[in-house]
Amino acid sequence: MMRKAINDYGMVFVLLGLGLVFSILTIKEQVPDNDTAIAQLMTRVRRDCKAEDVIVVAGAARKDSAEFAGKMAAQLTREGFKDARVVVGIPSDLRALLDELQSRGTNPAVLIAGRDVMKWRVLDHLPTQYPAFAACKIMTPATRLWPDFLKPSNLLAIVDRIVVIAVIAIGMTMVIIAGGIDLSVGSLIAVSAVLGSLVMKQLGGLEAPAWVVPVGFMVGIAACGMVGGLGGWLVAKFNVAPFITTLAIMMVGRGLAFMITGGFSIYQVPKALPWLGQGRSLVAPNTVILVLVLYALAHVFMSHTRMGRYIYAVGGNKEAARLSGVPVFFVTIFVYVMSSLAAGLGGCIQASQINTGTPNMGMMYELYVIAAVVVGGTSLAGGSGKMLGTLIGAFIISVIQNGMNLVGIDSYTQQVVLGAVILGAVLLDKARNSGGMAALLRRKA
Amino acid sequence: MTDTVTSSCLLAMHGISKSFAGVQALKDVSFDLRRGEVHVLIGENGAGKSTLIKVLGGAHLADAGEILLDGEPVRIASPMASQHLGISIIYQEFNLIPELSVCENIFLGREKTRHGFINGAAEHAHALELFKRIGIAVDPSRRCRDLTIAQQQTVEIAKALAVNAQIIVMDEPSAALSQQEVAHLFGIIRDLKAQGIGIIYISHRLDEIFEIGDRITVLRDGELVRTQQVKDTSREMLIEMMVGRPLDKEFPEHEFKPGRERLRVQDLCRGKSVRKVSFSVRAGEILAFAGLIGAGRTETMRLIFGADQPDSGQIFVDGVEVRIGGPRAAIGQRICLLTEDRKNQGLVLIHSVQENFALPNLDRYVRRGLLGHALETAEFAAYVAGLKIRIAGHDQLAQTLSGGNQQKVVLAKWLATNADIFIFDEPTRGIDVGAKYEIYLLMHKLADEGKAIIMISSELPEVLGMSNRILVMHEGSIKKEITDVANARQEDILSAAMT
Repeated sequence: MMRKAINDYGMVFVLLGLGLVFSILTIKEQVPDNDTAIAQLMTRVRRDCKAEDVIVVAGAARKDSAEFAGKMAAQLTREGFKDARVVVGIPSDLRALLDELQSRGTNPAVLIAGRDVMKWRVLDHLPTQYPAFAACKIMTPATRLWPDFLKPSNLLAIVDRIVVIAVIAIGMTMVIIAGGIDLSVGSLIAVSAVLGSLVMKQLGGLEAPAWVVPVGFMVGIAACGMVGGLGGWLVAKFNVAPFITTLAIMMVGRGLAFMITGGFSIYQVPKALPWLGQGRSLVAPNTVILVLVLYALAHVFMSHTRMGRYIYAVGGNKEAARLSGVPVFFVTIFVYVMSSLAAGLGGCIQASQINTGTPNMGMMYELYVIAAVVVGGTSLAGGSGKMLGTLIGAFIISVIQNGMNLVGIDSYTQQVVLGAVILGAVLLDKARNSGGMAALLRRKA
Repeated sequence: MTDTVTSSCLLAMHGISKSFAGVQALKDVSFDLRRGEVHVLIGENGAGKSTLIKVLGGAHLADAGEILLDGEPVRIASPMASQHLGISIIYQEFNLIPELSVCENIFLGREKTRHGFINGAAEHAHALELFKRIGIAVDPSRRCRDLTIAQQQTVEIAKALAVNAQIIVMDEPSAALSQQEVAHLFGIIRDLKAQGIGIIYISHRLDEIFEIGDRITVLRDGELVRTQQVKDTSREMLIEMMVGRPLDKEFPEHEFKPGRERLRVQDLCRGKSVRKVSFSVRAGEILAFAGLIGAGRTETMRLIFGADQPDSGQIFVDGVEVRIGGPRAAIGQRICLLTEDRKNQGLVLIHSVQENFALPNLDRYVRRGLLGHALETAEFAAYVAGLKIRIAGHDQLAQTLSGGNQQKVVLAKWLATNADIFIFDEPTRGIDVGAKYEIYLLMHKLADEGKAIIMISSELPEVLGMSNRILVMHEGSIKKEITDVANARQEDILSAAMT
């Protein structure tokens, strides 16, 4: 049972391993967010200070830090600490304030250093340069060690980054299991996005009501579905190689996307457009919910329905499937329609994420999608693969990109690493299937 | 063994053992081959024949034992090493690249070059010379995929001669050949013998063994049963040695009780391969189709099953004309076809036996839109028990089964569709004697249940032993009908098939 789980979803362990590596590499002292920090510091201020004490609040000239200083001061005033002095700026601004206080002979009881300020040298020099302030306490928010990688905001960013690829990979998994390939999905992202936003623009643009958004989406997705149906029909009827058929559609699609908009982006979209790609419902971002729901459905579809089984059979042996009564013709068209619909939906999500429809969206996405499917353990030869494997494959790609960003690796190096990881993942898969890496190396070509 | 015997020995394998993951595939097997002899290797599927050949061919390394070539101990660690030692293996599925020419295939990996460029003229000349030695004219510049199976086999033999092979292993070389082509092949083998080449011949067809073999070695369950002269062996002895128990007959007795007509075909035509074929088959019958390879038998059945579409003609099921647009429609008419090529057409090899079984039956397992796996598993288990299919579990991959068990899985999947008309295309090809008998019994059982059975077979004893009526096809049309099967002779069929 355990062994089978490892065999079926060995990539889970790769994903967890990557997570572990990036967690270790990105461990840092984490400053709590402003509200937590203020609550924390207020407890200490209430304990140590009297209402008339001079309290210096210092913030750096950055959005977070300045906001902290402002909010902190406001909170102090609200709780009756009348003499709070706020300084926001660079270290010399704080020094100037301290000099001024020293020259007047006013001794602050507490110096509250917010995020960023806590690292300033001036704090270390306080006892030597301002001997008069010997009684002044320095208060900083309590920090803790925690990886940047595992911060909730980062985990959400990982999902956000991969959502379009993950959604399209559902359709691609079906196509590849059925023994085909679909190179057109990247272009269809653009087709769907520009068609959808064009419809929204025509139906009122910026001022349009919310219902215009789903209408635009429907038009984009439906158009992609029809393109997929045409491609599938060409493959099924005339036995044209899927690679060529979808390569042609990829070119046609990209060209059409540019023709539709004259090469420009469409910005005149309703205010409700970002809901899908940027909004939240209940506990999680909409994109996360969408991905999870779609994968659950796709998993059930592939493993518990007749059509799912037919898709595996067609990819495993088309002729044997046909002679067993499998409607091969229909199945072939079906998978390409599914792939195109998924690409259309992916286009809608991306349009929603960036709040516009642009004809150069989704460039090279077909390759990332195929990589996700293959890394997820689906064989390009057809007939075998797992939907949940693909989800994991997509996450592996996203985690690698995200992790390398956090660690500070430049984008060129990232591509090299990503390519190497895809190769590594596929080799690992081969090794698993042939009984270990040693067996794979022993095997003769 | 005395020195004199050893010296005439081309190959001697002593005490070869090999096990895979704890399963003993070969146990202390010894085998030898002399110059200019045909040594037949026989045994049921899984007896260890192919493992022994793979040890010789360098695909497997033996766990124990030694191999002597011309009395010298050798170590065969790879297929390449085996080739260098003058051993050539011709597998049942040929190792030819269909898109390359005959010449390119023969010299693949050993191209003749001059100044780094391929010397096509020299290769062509050498190939012609090889075919002259074999005694068959094949144009070396033709593409392999345009050749007949028999011609492809000749190319494989030429390939073996090109590397100067002293030992040629032939794995079921006659499986896909017609009677005439087999006779031709035997001519070639006799020539090779005369040239001092030793031949290891693997076959399930007993008749051939007696015709071409000099000595015979029987393997059973990975062990050597006996090696002896063919002329001292009888058919019954051979079967007994293979199965380990006396088999009364090759074909079970059966009394046919034909009922009403189930399938009638009227003037079916498709191109040159099927010309105005008309026949009918009744419930409880086994109607045999005899003929040479390419006579149009398989092509006719593919039209009935909807795998191909006829140019013209009518098909009646239970007296009603039906149009069969595809296999799915045929299954709807309760027709099923067990193809001759199980590996490419009968099974999805990379999928489990249960998935293969369920493929045409999925409609019945759907509950509220989802597949009821429990339903499927239970039904499959019943057929596994009923047909005595030997599998490790329902998720075992179809490709790991022996030929007999694969055929049983195919049979199970069609039985489960509740078909009334069974078309068996070479039902026992590549299946060992024991499993053959079980398949025969099953066919009789189906006939008793009132199913109509059509059987295509290229083995004349099977045609005569299993059917109650025989149709002989030649060049796309039916040439002869034999209703008195009990008194029919092989010659009657052959003469009709070859006119």
